[in-house]
Amino acid sequence: MTEITPAIVAEHGLSPDEYAKILQLLNRAPNLTELGIFSVMWSEHCSYKSTRVWLKTLPTTGPCVIHGPGENAGVIDIGDGDACIFKMESHNHPSFIEPYQGAATGVGGIMRDVFTMGARPVAMLNALRFGEPSHPKTRHLVSGVVAGIGGYGNCMGVPTVAGEVNFDPSYNGNILVNAMCVGLARQDKIFLSAASGIGNPVVYVGSKTGRDGIHGATMASAEFDDDSEEKRPTVQVGDPFVEKLLLEACLELMESDAIVAIQDMGAAGLTSSSAEMASKGDAGLDLDLDAVPQREEGMTAYEMLLSESQERMLMILKPGREAEAQKIFDKWGLDFAIIGRVTDTRRLVVRHKGKVEADLPVSALADEEAPRYTRPWVPTPKKPVLAPAACPAPADWNATLLAMVGSADLASRRWIWEQYDSTVMNDTAQGPGGDAAVVRVHGTQKALAVTADCTPRYCLADPVEGGKQAVAETWRNITAVGGTPLAFTDNMNFGNPQKPEIMGQFVGAVEGLREAGLALGYPVVSGNCSLYNETNGQGILPTPAIGGVGLLKDVTRRASIPLKRWGDQILLIGRTEGWLGASIYARDVHGLAGHAPPPVDLAAEKRNGDFVRGYIERGAVDTVHDLSDGGLIVALAEMIMAARIEDIGAQIDLPDGVEPHAFLFGEDQGRYLVAAPEDVAKAMLSEAQAAGVPAVRLGVAGGVHYRIGDLVWLDIAALRASHESFFPTLMAAPIN
Amino acid sequence: MKAAVVVFPASNCDRDAATALEVVTGRKTQMLWHGDTEVPAGIDLIVLPGGFSYGDYLRCGAMAARSPIMRAVVERAKAGTPVFGICNGWQILAECGLLPGGFLRNAGLKFVNRPVTVRVEDSQSIFTNAYAHGEAISIPVANGEGNFFADDETLDRLEGEGRVAVRYLDNPNGSVRDIAGVFNETRTVLGMMPHPERHVEAIHHNQDGRRFFESLLGAVG
Repeated sequence: MTEITPAIVAEHGLSPDEYAKILQLLNRAPNLTELGIFSVMWSEHCSYKSTRVWLKTLPTTGPCVIHGPGENAGVIDIGDGDACIFKMESHNHPSFIEPYQGAATGVGGIMRDVFTMGARPVAMLNALRFGEPSHPKTRHLVSGVVAGIGGYGNCMGVPTVAGEVNFDPSYNGNILVNAMCVGLARQDKIFLSAASGIGNPVVYVGSKTGRDGIHGATMASAEFDDDSEEKRPTVQVGDPFVEKLLLEACLELMESDAIVAIQDMGAAGLTSSSAEMASKGDAGLDLDLDAVPQREEGMTAYEMLLSESQERMLMILKPGREAEAQKIFDKWGLDFAIIGRVTDTRRLVVRHKGKVEADLPVSALADEEAPRYTRPWVPTPKKPVLAPAACPAPADWNATLLAMVGSADLASRRWIWEQYDSTVMNDTAQGPGGDAAVVRVHGTQKALAVTADCTPRYCLADPVEGGKQAVAETWRNITAVGGTPLAFTDNMNFGNPQKPEIMGQFVGAVEGLREAGLALGYPVVSGNCSLYNETNGQGILPTPAIGGVGLLKDVTRRASIPLKRWGDQILLIGRTEGWLGASIYARDVHGLAGHAPPPVDLAAEKRNGDFVRGYIERGAVDTVHDLSDGGLIVALAEMIMAARIEDIGAQIDLPDGVEPHAFLFGEDQGRYLVAAPEDVAKAMLSEAQAAGVPAVRLGVAGGVHYRIGDLVWLDIAALRASHESFFPTLMAAPIN
Repeated sequence: MKAAVVVFPASNCDRDAATALEVVTGRKTQMLWHGDTEVPAGIDLIVLPGGFSYGDYLRCGAMAARSPIMRAVVERAKAGTPVFGICNGWQILAECGLLPGGFLRNAGLKFVNRPVTVRVEDSQSIFTNAYAHGEAISIPVANGEGNFFADDETLDRLEGEGRVAVRYLDNPNGSVRDIAGVFNETRTVLGMMPHPERHVEAIHHNQDGRRFFESLLGAVG
């Protein structure tokens, strides 16, 4: 037997203290297989050891919450006995090493998290961050990630309906690929993962196990260096065809009551799924690896337990139901094997070739005994407020606006989203390019509104305000299409938590999420942490990506961005002070960074949003856009460019007494642009006053130009040309 | 009209096709499993839906064309039952020889999903009689290998016999002569790359696809 040396312990990503704890828990030295199991179960990825104490502070309950964090995905009540099940998860490290497969298996993994609970996936979203556009790796990564997301999601036949993309040099060595899946189930058909029923069969279904992805979870819990390319073998390879079969077979079996518990094999594969099922059910599992369907010969117990081969599930069946279950998996051409039994020992016992290869207390792996750290942290110092005078008006307004709408962070994402099937399933009422996507609940009049948002430059400047803003922006985007925001999922992407300033970013962002969730009545129901996003000691911008879900009672009463009628009055809802700090304008036009981001007034956010949503729900307003990156001037440009059937421009003038460039480029929060017929607009203005909601009329839709006072006068075609050319130009440029 | 939709293991527009048919005909659509060896009696229309049939790691539709159900579908097609292959369904029809030509990867080498404008080239067929001749309609493509290809002789014959059903006005995938859909000799089999079933309801981008199903309902009864 291999002797466990300090070097082997270190190779497994365990600290000397952690190894000492293992010795104490077992009262003996682990063998290599057992060490491998501890290595993945105690990895940051699986154990949340640095983050759990903070995540526990988040609001996770509310009238709509059926299952909060702790299950494979969050479950909320959307009325009529229907449930919406959703989660966002990262696949950052693998996607950097092998972008196509990394992104594809990220999509596959998050879909399994959702359908393992009994839901049919109905919408996919993604939140992507890449390095500078000019960085030599960026195009390769963009093209591979987008093709991978499309390759997997398109084959699955689940529409990819929304997403976001940022570019920043801090992601040059660590891109972020966060995928979100939203599914629908009946509330009385939700499946959990707690193993129970002594003697019940443990069943393996799906793909065979191979040697791919061994130690993926450990890899995803470490920093990169110049040799990270060598980690390619730890990346898994996806097969969306098998996943589609697995989805249909699982949903078919779930129509019966044969399943006691079910869990997908994601990170750390068989090890993590079995340990978690046993832990949640307060049970033990006795597994025989000889029964595991294998793709390769001569695999060891170590390899089989740590393999991250994709498209696999572990189930506990009721006794005597094996044959009917097997029939369904046979029909779909998938492996089905009984690989063990539930026991009452609270131990995970693994046998291979007649020998016990591992015998570990479940409590040491997945729950109370696993490490928990309250790591040292320092709060992020507050940044100075940027005065408008220090960030002057542009010399050439037209040229500046044209450049901004064609810039990396503001240009059209059409090049990306046209590679995704966004209309399959026939329920997409609003696809990519809106504030939030709107997906009808099949066979009903109601619809889900879904969005993914984060503004990492705000989070860098002030993690608390940035965290609040990320949550508030999803809430606002859902509101802008007419949805009532219900709950969100968080995907926390940060650097090395062992650095107090990085841990401070995390702690601050969680505080922001907490405050926003509480103030908006908008709980978090699922999430994922990705730490150690650093290369050679350089961390990424703190990026708490938020995925929000809301509900529209009537899909026909929704709003969208494009201007729709000549003569509609253009109203600005929400207070504008002209906050230029951390804005795109300050960064891209004046090269200014390091200033305080716009504060988020959560009470105003709620008041303004509820006001706007009311008009959409009553069918009075159908044209709304939230104000975010680039400020008012960019938002209105987007409303003009989005009109496709006929060109509709806009003519606005500034209210008296405002500083024009601060008013137009400022990124004050809690604001919307609304375009509405004159009578509606008039009523809104007077009712806004009564409701304490700032509202002002700016101008009118119409004409074939974008005019702002005597500052801006642009052809719609020129705006579109700039907006649409960024991605095609970037991706088609010759390689030098 | 009693319609059936074939379900291959990784079909993913099967429900969409069935729903569109139900919206238009008001009758439940019958789903046929790829492993079945017979098309039940009384079926008036067979739809081969979009998707990835058997994963399409091989040529798209190549394995599906050799599935048990397709033997029965080919027999029924030859006996005159209308068959409508959409996207992957057209690829399968080409692979099993009911329609000429084949498919390459899209000219841009990328999957593309967007509404495209196509012109209805023949408004006399059972599939298209609710459209005006030459009418331009907007329906979405969603494909990675939708680049239709055939030799010149075949293409000249198709054109000469008026068997080009729909043609792209903004070709999204490089299809030869902008061909977006073709008929068989008897105009009872139609293969088409864009998805009419995705544009049939009020929540969709438009309802331009609806009349394919209305045409069939009118013609087949």
